[in-house]
Amino acid sequence: MSLRRPAKDQPETFEFNASSLEAANVIVAKYPDGKQQSAVMALLYIAQKQNNNWIPLAAMKYIAKFLDMPYIKVYEVATFYTMYNLAPVGKYFVQVCTTTPCMIRGANQLVDACKEKISEKECELSNDKSCSWMEVECLGACVNAPMMQINDDYYEDLDKEKTLDILDKILNGETPKPGSYRGRVNNEPENNRKTLMDLKNA
Amino acid sequence: MLKDQDRIFQNLYNDKGSDVVSSKERGDWVNTKEITDKGRDWIINEIKESQLRGRGGAGFPTGLKWSFAPKEVGSRPHYLVINGDESEPGTCKDRDILRFEPHKLIEGCLIASYAVQAHVCYIYIRGEYFVDGQKLQAAIDEAYEKKLLGKNAAGTGWDLDIYIHYGAGAYICGEETALLESLEGKKGQPRLKPPFPALIGLYGCPTIINNVETIAVVPTILRRGAKWFASLGREKNTGTKIFCISGNVNNPCNVEEEMSIPLKELIEVHAGGVIGGWENLQAVIPGGSSMPLIPKERCETLKMDFDACVEEKSGLGTAGIVVINKDQDIIKCMARIARFYKHESCGQCTPCREGSGWMWRMLERMAKGDATKDEVDMLGDVTNQIAGHTICAFGEGSSWPVQGLLRHFKKEIEKRNNLNPIVQKKNNIPYLVDQHLLDKKNA
Repeated sequence: MSLRRPAKDQPETFEFNASSLEAANVIVAKYPDGKQQSAVMALLYIAQKQNNNWIPLAAMKYIAKFLDMPYIKVYEVATFYTMYNLAPVGKYFVQVCTTTPCMIRGANQLVDACKEKISEKECELSNDKSCSWMEVECLGACVNAPMMQINDDYYEDLDKEKTLDILDKILNGETPKPGSYRGRVNNEPENNRKTLMDLKNA
Repeated sequence: MLKDQDRIFQNLYNDKGSDVVSSKERGDWVNTKEITDKGRDWIINEIKESQLRGRGGAGFPTGLKWSFAPKEVGSRPHYLVINGDESEPGTCKDRDILRFEPHKLIEGCLIASYAVQAHVCYIYIRGEYFVDGQKLQAAIDEAYEKKLLGKNAAGTGWDLDIYIHYGAGAYICGEETALLESLEGKKGQPRLKPPFPALIGLYGCPTIINNVETIAVVPTILRRGAKWFASLGREKNTGTKIFCISGNVNNPCNVEEEMSIPLKELIEVHAGGVIGGWENLQAVIPGGSSMPLIPKERCETLKMDFDACVEEKSGLGTAGIVVINKDQDIIKCMARIARFYKHESCGQCTPCREGSGWMWRMLERMAKGDATKDEVDMLGDVTNQIAGHTICAFGEGSSWPVQGLLRHFKKEIEKRNNLNPIVQKKNNIPYLVDQHLLDKKNA
């Protein structure tokens, strides 16, 4: 299990804004009547998006009321799943996969790059408070290893230099292009494709 | 090598685009009504005869699973749930289906829902695949627009709604009952079985849960016939499979191949060979991180299917092949996998919650050569205390890779860790006591 603690400084109140409220109502309608608790995960995402990528305790209380469920149940969910940030993270949130398939292709170089550019320690904001990074478990892009995720996008086939470039860009407030950084197309074997060639050449 | 026309996922590399028009050109949605008109029993029988086995890791026969759904819908509605919580290290096949072949999945959902009499289908996607989930959502919206979903979906007379539910970074939610808990808005902690989800599943209603790849191959099987599918591979291990080849190979890739293809062919032909040549191969994890590794000598002849891998005391799992060459420290690799399992244990059962961390700490010490001789046996002991003593298969999944390491690389560990135990005399300390706390006191 992973240890997860809510941030010390918590805002007093939280409320969905109009667009969040609309999104939340669409989500609740996906589930049968009386089973609105199912929407809790999606609502936590909405709260996280609205609140600069982290979820304060006040938001959990608000969602509990919104879905008519006990606060502790929302708290349980928010602390169980690792994608809910319980403390502030950077506007650019970098997650480096270091599980074995990435590790054996040099994920530690990506970690070094993050340490160099963003902050010495994981989950610590960079000097300009715009970035933070952390090591995560398998992100499910193993044939594109080593890779990292920045907010919602995957950056694949990296090495240290390419990572440094990407980090420079986000520290300047740019959003680099996601996908492979060795120029390969999706998950095909690089320069060695032997299948479905008719489609490729069509 | 499998002929191109026998490949189910023609758009695996997104040469043609994933929208509904190009999907129709590839044969999706062409005669869905003709298929459903043949009736539920025909569909389930055809899937049984094709000997399709679940692609999510356990390899349970899909037709058999569908036949467990109650024949008549009682007071409780039926549900179909698609498991797209792909998180097994080494596996990234479902992601390609979600983003490049979404209509195969959606059509499969319609046919499967019809077969198990479900009007609502939930697709559970891991939260990290948000971008790929959006692509699937776009395809679902497109399908609604073309009346392929909703009331009288695709003219079949069957009503179906499909909703996407995002996970939030919990590996354990790939376990089917944990996935249901998560869908219900709770912590993803697995349920005791029985009752099985086919009778009491989502919201206490009959629920059939299948992997993304399993459902996505269903329409093609029904179109081309069970005989065609069963003619590929070998008995009980039929059809095609997407293999993900990652790790120390020259061209890591996803590729769809026939079942029972030799591992060596996959690595040498499709993945461009091991970095440093075949001789530089150390070991291969054949089916995602929870399957025990197989050393080089056995890799020469290994055929990649469910039964052949089991004969090697491993498993095909999700067919996520991780190639590890001799430049890597095998103990460190396994220690990292143990750390993954320590991180992902849901914490419900004590043997797994405590044991996964224990294994990780021991392996980290062993990788550095800081462990004592007796700890090697103790590690084996701990794995046996976890496997089979937990509610779900996570216990096995976390201890099998360590057992595989001990089976094939015990000498390597012993060579590196030959410190004498600090507590020399036997003083009736049961081995379950946290040994290194005692060690400190006696040091």
